[in-house]
Amino acid sequence: MKHSIINQAASPLSRRKFVLGASAIAAISTLPISRALASGNWASANTITQIPQTLTGKVFDLNIGYNKVNFTGKEVITTTLNGGVPGPILRWKEGERVTLRVTNNLSEDTSIHWHGLILPSNMDGVPGLSYDGIKPGETFVYQFDIQQSGTYWYHSHSGYQEQTGLYGAIVIEPKEKDPYEFDRDYVIQLSDWSDEDPDDIYAKLKKMGDYYNGNERTVGDLWQDIKQNGISNTWSIRSMWNRMRMSDRDISDVSGATYTFLMNGQTPDTGWKGLFKKGEKVRLRFINASAMTFFDVRIPGLKMTVIASDGQNVEPVTVDDIRLGVAETYDVIVEPIDDSAYSIFAQAIDRSGYARGSLTPDLNISAPVPAMDALPILTHADMGMDMSNMSGMDHSKMGGMDKPKMDGMDHSKMGHGKMMMPAMPTASETFGSGKLGFGSKQEIVHGKNEFGPHIDARAAAPQFRLDDPGIGLRDHHKMGRKVLTYADLFNLHPTQDLREPSREVVLHLTGNMSRYMWSINGIPYADADPLKFNFGERIRITFVNDTMMNHPMHLHGMWSELETGDGKRLPRKHTIIVQPGAKISYLVTADAKGTWAYHCHLLFHMAGMFREVHVS
Amino acid sequence: MLNINFLLKSAALTGIISGLVLTSSYSLAAKGADPILSKVMINQLEIRDIKGEDNDSDIETVLEGQVWIGKDLNKFWLKLDSEYINKDEYETELQLLYSKAIAPYWDLQIGARSDIGPDGSDNGAVLGLQGLAPYYFETDMAVFISEEGDVAARVSLEYELLFSQKLILTPEITLDAFAQDNDETGMGSGLASSDIGLRLRYEIIKEFAPYIGISQNNLYGKTHSYAKTTGLDSESTQWVVGIRAWF
Repeated sequence: MKHSIINQAASPLSRRKFVLGASAIAAISTLPISRALASGNWASANTITQIPQTLTGKVFDLNIGYNKVNFTGKEVITTTLNGGVPGPILRWKEGERVTLRVTNNLSEDTSIHWHGLILPSNMDGVPGLSYDGIKPGETFVYQFDIQQSGTYWYHSHSGYQEQTGLYGAIVIEPKEKDPYEFDRDYVIQLSDWSDEDPDDIYAKLKKMGDYYNGNERTVGDLWQDIKQNGISNTWSIRSMWNRMRMSDRDISDVSGATYTFLMNGQTPDTGWKGLFKKGEKVRLRFINASAMTFFDVRIPGLKMTVIASDGQNVEPVTVDDIRLGVAETYDVIVEPIDDSAYSIFAQAIDRSGYARGSLTPDLNISAPVPAMDALPILTHADMGMDMSNMSGMDHSKMGGMDKPKMDGMDHSKMGHGKMMMPAMPTASETFGSGKLGFGSKQEIVHGKNEFGPHIDARAAAPQFRLDDPGIGLRDHHKMGRKVLTYADLFNLHPTQDLREPSREVVLHLTGNMSRYMWSINGIPYADADPLKFNFGERIRITFVNDTMMNHPMHLHGMWSELETGDGKRLPRKHTIIVQPGAKISYLVTADAKGTWAYHCHLLFHMAGMFREVHVS
Repeated sequence: MLNINFLLKSAALTGIISGLVLTSSYSLAAKGADPILSKVMINQLEIRDIKGEDNDSDIETVLEGQVWIGKDLNKFWLKLDSEYINKDEYETELQLLYSKAIAPYWDLQIGARSDIGPDGSDNGAVLGLQGLAPYYFETDMAVFISEEGDVAARVSLEYELLFSQKLILTPEITLDAFAQDNDETGMGSGLASSDIGLRLRYEIIKEFAPYIGISQNNLYGKTHSYAKTTGLDSESTQWVVGIRAWF
């Protein structure tokens, strides 16, 4: 195996880099880490795994450099912010003007992007688009007015530095009184750490797309299926997947096989702890700062009242489970009733591991760690297949095929009756009517660039699935667990721009899993023309996911107003999960001039699944 | 002996073609999404205990491996298949190919092949198709044309049965056929030989797995007759032990 970037202080550091959006070719850093160390570029000799400090005020100094960390039992040197992973929590106030002096003590370019912040494009921190990035030894001064409140985060937008530790939380206090009351306020930042060089991870995925998948189907699984469903039913299901050369176990590209999942920089062994007193209301600000990992969060014994999504207040909705796509944030309020410790449990979507912490009345007490849920198995719906063609099939038997995970298909057993499936009229069929708040009614067609060796699938009949909890969560209602879905999200405040969209843009998320190639409309960023938005126009974006993976799509600089069924209460988000085989629509007011990034926030998809947006 | 000239010429030609394709503006990726990478695959490095019909026993060392270097859709491939018993009995087949992705799971491969043995070498051209067939069959099909104009074809299929994430059984079959009789090589027209293997490997890590297995080799038709007349075994069963590795 190749050396890790990080752990071989004596070995030369030679990493292929890409700087997203940079017109420059990949910068090659040949400066040995040891030289960086010798020049005193790192903060302290002590291994740091402490909880991030909180910085307040209007002027901040952030130093990006090398430091030692130890998350796996092995001490490694990595990229850090003010010496830590994650970086400090930045607490700002709405209406103030902040100044952030970011100094690069690395031997390569770096950058900081303020994720979800509405600001001028030259402050957005994307090398090649907003500015040239921050060169080694340089200090870049960011300065902008805070026009919003809530929970956000920041991270490097250079190379794979987000994977190697350059991220942190942002909390912005509102100018007006917060609509919700709480006694305590904690940031819960989730992330995925690997001792491996991210370049090596990417190369492994290119050489073997399922390298990190530790749950491929076995002969034993086949035997179970045959026992449960008989040979012919098993054959009909298996043959479909096998003909397509797709794995229904393909949930995450990168898994707990290499990742240690962190909560506020704490490993599952340590566990983060937050204090409460019985009867208090505790606000938890969940941030998914992962490179590649979706998390399903729950607190056994406590209901979570969701009050904000991506920093923006929503009508409160009480749930048991929340799925956080990479880069999403959710604020919840919990009210512990007992004088005992509660586990904050964030399991990876592929159940290959978890991050965890405790809400506890006593720092000496940790909560017991709950069991992970069953491994998710992909279904026909996740392939964007037209379910109406299957009306002749025996759905009750189908449901048993991958029992119990295929119940998305098992119409007769669907408790909430809200799953978005064709050939099953429900209230949610109003989605796709083209009405404000209900998504595009455009027919989905696949362009010519969507055919070829770089594309392995196209969704035949993608559906709006806003009320689909998603793979691995669809049966939770049977256990009495309510899972938050996008259909539950409504803005607490009225939609500001009530215009109907003047035009629609349909973007297909495309790729080839086994070749590990990702693109939009079949065209990778390198070959793509920028998207042009006219300043001031109201646009409807519809994403069609032709792949079998969830993609968290992030538009910089402008809000993505998700069409969840009420045009007057569109929730404002910065990152939107597009479920496999599904489509989803949202509205954007192009009110920010300049060049912006628009991309999948899975770090190893981003280089291909990326567009520039030009607003003028 | 190895025909160095021929190989060099082939390599140069393949290099020029590949270079043109790799750098052409049509290339679907750049800027980090599509770096030049390489992969070395030692599919079989094994010792075979050969028992022929006359129950004589020989130890054969086999190396079957592939190397690719390139980008997502355009690569160079080097394929090596070498069998060694002693300095008088060995055979090495080397292919140098340019590989272009033509479908989501398929690569078209064009290049040169050189067979090297104690008596010298034979050279030829290769046109192949490699990829993953429906139902997860790893497939390699190729047509070979020698300098003398002889035509041969080969199909290899491999399947993986997972008993666990680490314990994997691999049945595989390779069929060789020829378009003409060749007294020198002892190959007759039509289906000439089959190799059927069954290998059980344990992946200590994804990149490294020891295995044990059995390999059955059969000759058919005129090839079978040739073997009979020259006193060679027309069928053999071999126990194998080896390692599979890649990086």
